[in-house]
Amino acid sequence: MQFLSLLLNSASGTDYTEMSMNFMGDFWNMIVQLAEGFGVSISIFFLTLLFALPLALPIALGRMSKIKVVSKLIEWLLLIVRGTPLMLQLIFVYFAPYYLFDIPLSGYRFPATIIAFSINYACYFAEIYRSGLQAIPIGQHEAASVLGYKKSQTFFRIVLPQVIKHILPPMSNEVITLIKDTALAQTLAVVELFRVANTMASSQASLLPIIIAGVFYLIGSFIITRFFNFAERKLNYYR
Amino acid sequence: MSVLSVQNASKAFGENKVLKNISFDMNKGDVLAIIGPSGSGKSTLLRCCTILEKLDGGTIKYGDDYLCKDNNGISGYCTKEQMALIRKKFGLVFQNFNLFPHFSVLKNIVDPVVNVLNKSKEEAKETAVQLLKKMDLSDKANAYPCELSGGQQQRVAIARAMAMQPEVLFFDEPTSALDPELTGEILKVIRDLANEHMTMVVVTHEMAFAREVADRVIFMDNGFIVEEGKASEIIDNPQNERTKLFLQRFKENG
Ligand SMILES: Nc1ncnc2c1ncn2[C@@H]1O[C@H](COP(=O)(O)OP(=O)(O)O)[C@@H](O)[C@H]1O
Ligand SMILES: [Mg+2]
Repeated sequence: MQFLSLLLNSASGTDYTEMSMNFMGDFWNMIVQLAEGFGVSISIFFLTLLFALPLALPIALGRMSKIKVVSKLIEWLLLIVRGTPLMLQLIFVYFAPYYLFDIPLSGYRFPATIIAFSINYACYFAEIYRSGLQAIPIGQHEAASVLGYKKSQTFFRIVLPQVIKHILPPMSNEVITLIKDTALAQTLAVVELFRVANTMASSQASLLPIIIAGVFYLIGSFIITRFFNFAERKLNYYR
Repeated sequence: MSVLSVQNASKAFGENKVLKNISFDMNKGDVLAIIGPSGSGKSTLLRCCTILEKLDGGTIKYGDDYLCKDNNGISGYCTKEQMALIRKKFGLVFQNFNLFPHFSVLKNIVDPVVNVLNKSKEEAKETAVQLLKKMDLSDKANAYPCELSGGQQQRVAIARAMAMQPEVLFFDEPTSALDPELTGEILKVIRDLANEHMTMVVVTHEMAFAREVADRVIFMDNGFIVEEGKASEIIDNPQNERTKLFLQRFKENG
């Protein structure tokens, strides 16, 4: 208890019970603030998935396109997005409207974060999708074609379900990275979990907020891992 | 009644001329065997007939519908809509089955019937159950392809093709991916289909089978039809030197 209160560095009364109550109150307060920050992190996480998961598909298909111009353009996009830091991209997306188009920005921090995260993650997902699409034997397309399936039916009924099974393990890695990467949103002063923890830690000269934030991230990663393990088991019924 | 007519078919991959002036006709109930050394263009011919590849020159006609029509040595293809109709007239059984691994055996057969022929689920299921019974696979309806032997998988693939009620069924070396002891069960199924007067084109290396089941045999070499005729005559008594050599080697090897 003494150790914890040192970590917290809370205003200390001499009375033991008062001190204890102070401590409990401060502790609870800290948890609530960190949880609010984690709420923002989770919003970034889910909004990024919401946009990046579908956006990655046209990027993957464009990368595999027989039209040279399209595949080359996508190749360049992938090189740029995967070859520069996400932090740089956040700042670029945030300031681009102002410096490039002279549009003043207000309340743009959070949308800019989502745009930068979505594009960045869509590019990583796209490469995973591509590996999944290319892993489907050509015979599957040929069998579907001879049976008379339309192109869209072949994709949604035959190819996509097999691709999903194939890409679950690499997607699991990428999605766990995403929950941790949300901490980068503080680059644009978005008040997410890590920023809250960091501010608290320095104002209170205590490590405890950092440790609790770590626990939040861990819980997030744990749930994601469980989800993917579950999905992999669900799709284990064939091959 | 003509089910399929191929006239002056030619096809090249780059400089490699794979089909050279191939012509043959299939009437209802015909069973044609295509034999020939590896690389002679047998698969390419079937793939052109099943729209997996396109001819450079020549004509392919299913019944009264032209898939492609020769115009001064160049094949002009029909529209996408017409192709969709023509696809319903044929089926293809692959060397390596190509079942859909994420579908159960039953669903492999039912799914195309429902989604391509737009039949009701109940009707499709009834057809599938009957076909599986015929293929001696009733107990495997709910199994997944990965749980089946190669012979069983190929029988499911044949059932899947038959469920679409094709007018002509193509087989590309249907037993070549199987262990020798499993080829018999597939050959029996094809023999049964022949007895029911199914129109079939079978690429095969099983000479005894071709002789017994096929009415006619085409011997292909290097993109040409070298010799063609009644199955027993070609196999027992080939006239062309290349056919003789090919069959000779075959006897020696197996
Ligand atoms: N997609 C392709 N691209 C290029 N060449 C091909 C392709 N498919 C087949 N070929 C060539 O065409 C020739 C005939 O092949 P194929 O029709 O498979 O013969 P077979 O089935 O009689 O063994 C071979 O020389 C083969 O290399
Ligand atoms: Mg072949």
